[in-house]
Amino acid sequence: MAGQVITITSGKGGVGKTTATANIGAALAGLGHKVVCIDADIGLRNLDVVLGLENRIVYDLVDVVEGRCKLRQAMIRDKRLETLFLIPAAQTRDKNAISPSDMQRVCDELRVDYDYIIVDSPAGIERGFRNAIAPADQVIVVTNPEVSAVRDADRIIGIVEAEEKGPAQLVINRINMDMVNKGDMLAAADVLELLAVDLIGIVPEDQAVLVSTNRGSPIAMDKKSKTGQAFRDIAERVTGKDVPFAPQDGENGFFGRISKLIRAGSN
Amino acid sequence: MPPDVHIKGIREGLLVSFDDGQWPELEVALINEIERQNDFLQGAKLILDVAQHEIGAADLGKLRDKFSDRGLSLWAILSTSEATRRTAQTLGFATRIHNIEGDGDLTEVSSEIEGSDATLIQRTLRSGSNLEHPGHVTVIGDVNPGAQIIAGGNVVVWGRLRGLVHAGAEGDEAAVVCALDLSPTQLRIAGYIAIPPEQRGEPKPEIAYVQDGKVLAEPWETVTHPSAQPV
Repeated sequence: MAGQVITITSGKGGVGKTTATANIGAALAGLGHKVVCIDADIGLRNLDVVLGLENRIVYDLVDVVEGRCKLRQAMIRDKRLETLFLIPAAQTRDKNAISPSDMQRVCDELRVDYDYIIVDSPAGIERGFRNAIAPADQVIVVTNPEVSAVRDADRIIGIVEAEEKGPAQLVINRINMDMVNKGDMLAAADVLELLAVDLIGIVPEDQAVLVSTNRGSPIAMDKKSKTGQAFRDIAERVTGKDVPFAPQDGENGFFGRISKLIRAGSN
Repeated sequence: MPPDVHIKGIREGLLVSFDDGQWPELEVALINEIERQNDFLQGAKLILDVAQHEIGAADLGKLRDKFSDRGLSLWAILSTSEATRRTAQTLGFATRIHNIEGDGDLTEVSSEIEGSDATLIQRTLRSGSNLEHPGHVTVIGDVNPGAQIIAGGNVVVWGRLRGLVHAGAEGDEAAVVCALDLSPTQLRIAGYIAIPPEQRGEPKPEIAYVQDGKVLAEPWETVTHPSAQPV
């Protein structure tokens, strides 16, 4: 079976695209799949740092596209997981260095030998984003329970639909149940009500993510972490398994709740 | 200039139109023409009149890239094809520009609205979609924040209206806006602008209209507006 290309995008910056890419990639590799993560954020690369592979970079995606090296030479094998690879972005170039058809070509070549190709998209809706979604079989949109992030996710979902990349799937990152219960944060149900797409994961807010990111070791590899479990659940759902959502803190559970924030004060 | 591409300066930018022909060839002719006049056209805003041709999202996106690679920005797509217009709107292009030659003056448009042209949209308008229509607009679906509808006539939304809506955009003060949940970011009718109150109760069907120089919204069951009265 040919490998599947999954693009991870968000519109807004800083919602956790790169963290999600690293963790979903690591979790899929942890399940035994052969995975390549591609950093499509040319000029602002971070995926190598989050995976802790920065010091191993020799060639990058632009070198592949411009023919300075073979695809294999740009692929960096992960330190811990045998079946996880990274193709880093170039740091000294910009988004115009590659085109959507270049991405398509690179991914088609990878499809032959790998099960999942995970593309980390840059923020925005310009050239870099279009490069990232061009090869996608499936698009995962990451958002935060925050009005501006949800607005941008909505725009992205609209574009993904218009470009006929199939229905996007949603990851809600950094849910803080204490704040939701106090009515200070949008709940998952509020986000879903607006975006009306399939949910593929809910990731709690967790300072341990920051620590693991700085250490270059994805939290999905930490078997004890609840947040790591959330990413491992997403990976299982990506493979087509039906994994139930973990019950969240708070009495009613997030699905039964109706928008507290939006209508607070009127009731 | 080859016979099949026409580039004309208008107030809103450069209007590009074509003689008869097949789409891929016309696109090639246009790109050639742009390359030929590249110095002269640098930085221009393009309005592309593709007439009846149906162009898919992927092709429109590529076309936008080709223009931006050559220092031009494509901002509007004019077409007589409904499919092409919808695609263009989803990608965030304008599909109507004002004051095109032969478009008629404003009062003429508003007098023709009664019982005339209406469009039906059966999907959710997401953030960034821009729907402009000279007649009435009906949406079966939601209008999300960040989306906008600009209609010459009335706007009816069978769903949640949370984006920006402008009814009677050509100056028709009798235009109305109805929605199952009327919570727009901003609501405009003709020259009036209203910002709905932030705290609202349970959503209910409402109608908004202009009366005595004010935009009013009231629940559908108790409507007093003349347009809703039995004749």
